Amino acid sequence: MPKVSNREPYQQAYYPPSPTGITRFMRTCFLWQIVRFVAINLKMLKLMAKSHH
Amino acid sequence: MARIVILGAGISGHTAARYLSKWVGAQHEIVVVSPNAKWNWIPSNIWVGVGQMTEEDVTFDLAEVYGKTSVDFRQAKGISINPEGRAESAQPFVTVEYTLPSKAGVQENITYDYLINATGPKLNFGATEGLGPEHGHTVSVCTAGHALEANEKLQAIIDALRAGESRTLVIGTGHGMCTCQGAAFEYIYNVDHVLREAGVRDKARIVWLSNEYELGDFGMGGIHIKRGGYFTSGKTFAESLMVERGIEWITRAHVKKVEAGKIHYEMLDGSFHEQEFDFAMLIPPFAGVGLKAYNKAGEDITAQVFLPNGFMKVDADYTPRPYIEWSANDWPRTYQTPAYRNIFAVGIAFAPPHLISKPMQSANGTPINPAPPRTGMPSAAMAKAVAESIRDMLNGADKPTHTASMAEMGAACVASTGSHVFKGTAATMTVFPVVPDYEKYPAYGRDMDLTFGEIGLAGHWMKYFLHHTFLYQAKMRPGWSILPD
Repeated sequence: MPKVSNREPYQQAYYPPSPTGITRFMRTCFLWQIVRFVAINLKMLKLMAKSHH
Repeated sequence: MARIVILGAGISGHTAARYLSKWVGAQHEIVVVSPNAKWNWIPSNIWVGVGQMTEEDVTFDLAEVYGKTSVDFRQAKGISINPEGRAESAQPFVTVEYTLPSKAGVQENITYDYLINATGPKLNFGATEGLGPEHGHTVSVCTAGHALEANEKLQAIIDALRAGESRTLVIGTGHGMCTCQGAAFEYIYNVDHVLREAGVRDKARIVWLSNEYELGDFGMGGIHIKRGGYFTSGKTFAESLMVERGIEWITRAHVKKVEAGKIHYEMLDGSFHEQEFDFAMLIPPFAGVGLKAYNKAGEDITAQVFLPNGFMKVDADYTPRPYIEWSANDWPRTYQTPAYRNIFAVGIAFAPPHLISKPMQSANGTPINPAPPRTGMPSAAMAKAVAESIRDMLNGADKPTHTASMAEMGAACVASTGSHVFKGTAATMTVFPVVPDYEKYPAYGRDMDLTFGEIGLAGHWMKYFLHHTFLYQAKMRPGWSILPD
C-alpha cells in the first residue's frame, strides 16, 4: 500500500466550509448558548408577530 | 345556531377546532371529522424513528381532548362534498365514512354552514414502484406508526454494524415531486447521531438522495442568510453540515423504482443510476385525499372545486405563468374557495398556485423539483386566520376578515441534529416570508433580519421546548390559547 501524503481534491467533500474548533466549541458552550437561546426566541417572537394579519 | 364542520384534525384542522371551540363553541356547533383516533405532533416523529421517543410521547387521544370541549368528534373520513345540497334541500353537506371500529364503513351525511377542509395529504407511496413501508422496501417517518417501524429496522442495522458488518443507509425523497425535505434532513442527522452514540458510525455509509436542485432548497427555492460578513446561500451550510458528519449527497434525483436493496433513479441531466441500500427512509410525494364534489343535480364537479392533484382551489391566482412572472400576489390570503364563500381549505389541503422552487424537467421530460412546503407553522397560522374569519362572519362580517398568505408569513424549522441536554445540537432556521417577495425584498426575496440560521445547543433546547409547548397547547391544557402557534 503506497504512503498517502496528499489529499484528493475536486471531490464533493472538498469544497464546503468546515467549522473551526472555536465554532464547534461555541455550538455547545453552555453560557453562549443561553445567550443564543434568548436571541433565537426573540427573533421567533418577532417573526410570529409579523406573520399574523 | 350554525354548524362548522372541520375535515381533518392534524395541525391545521385541530388549530381551527381549538380556536373556534373557544370563540364560538358556546353558541355554535363544531364538528371535527378525522379518520385517526389520535393527534400526532409530526415533527417529533423524527425522534420516534431513532428510538428516542415512544409513540405515546408524540400522540394523544383526540376524543378525550374534544370531550372536555363542545367539539363533536367523529372518527370518520370525508368522502365527498355537496356544497349546493341536493334537489330536495339546498343545505350543503359532507358525506363521511366512519373508521371508528364500532361503526366502521357506515356512511353519514353531515350538513354544514361552514366547512374547513384540513384533510392533509394522502401519502402517495403508490407514485413510485416499491416505495413505502406497506407495499415497498423503504420506511417512512410520516406517521408515528411508520416512525416506530423505521426505528425497528434502524435498530436491526445498528445490531449488524455492532457485529462488524458494513451497511448503507439512504435517506431523502422518494419521488421527483416530493416536499417535506426538512423531515428527511432532520432524520438523516438523527440517524448519524444515534450511530455515533452506538459507536458504529465508521461502519455505515450514509447517503442523502433528494429532488432538490441543490442542498438546502427545501422546496422554498433555498434561502440566503447573513454570515461572516456575507449574504451566503443556505446550500453552503447544508453541504457543510453533511461534510462535517461524513454524509454523501445526491441531488436533482427522481426515484423511479425501488427494489429490495436497490433504488433506481433518474437525474436532471437525463441519466439513470442505481443506489444500493440496506436501510432507506424516503419521504413519499403528497396528493389530495381524493374528496369528490357534487352539485345540486348530483353531477360531479370535482374538477371545479379541486385541482387535478386533489388539492382544493382557494383564493389563489392559478393562471399559468412562466417562472419569471410568478409573484407573491399569486398566493392565497383568506383560503376561501372562489365558488363557495362558506368553504375554506388550509394546511396541505389547499392547492398552491404553483411551486416556489423553479420548475425543472429532466432531459427525458420528468419533472424533478420540490413541491412547496406548507406544514407546521404556516399550517397553524392559516388555520387560525380562517377560524378568526369564520368567527367574524358568524357575527355578521360579509367576507373573511383575516389573512395568512405564505408570502406574508414566516416559518421556523428547528432540525434536531442530536438530542442531549448539554451535548445536543440543532440547526435552527427561520425564513420570512416563506414565499419570496422580490418586490418588497429585491435582493433575495426575503427579510434578511428575520431569515437566519445557526447550529447549536440552543436549537436543541428550542426543539425540546417546542415539543412540550405544542403538545400542551394541542391538549388544550389551562392557558393554551395564550401560547404562540
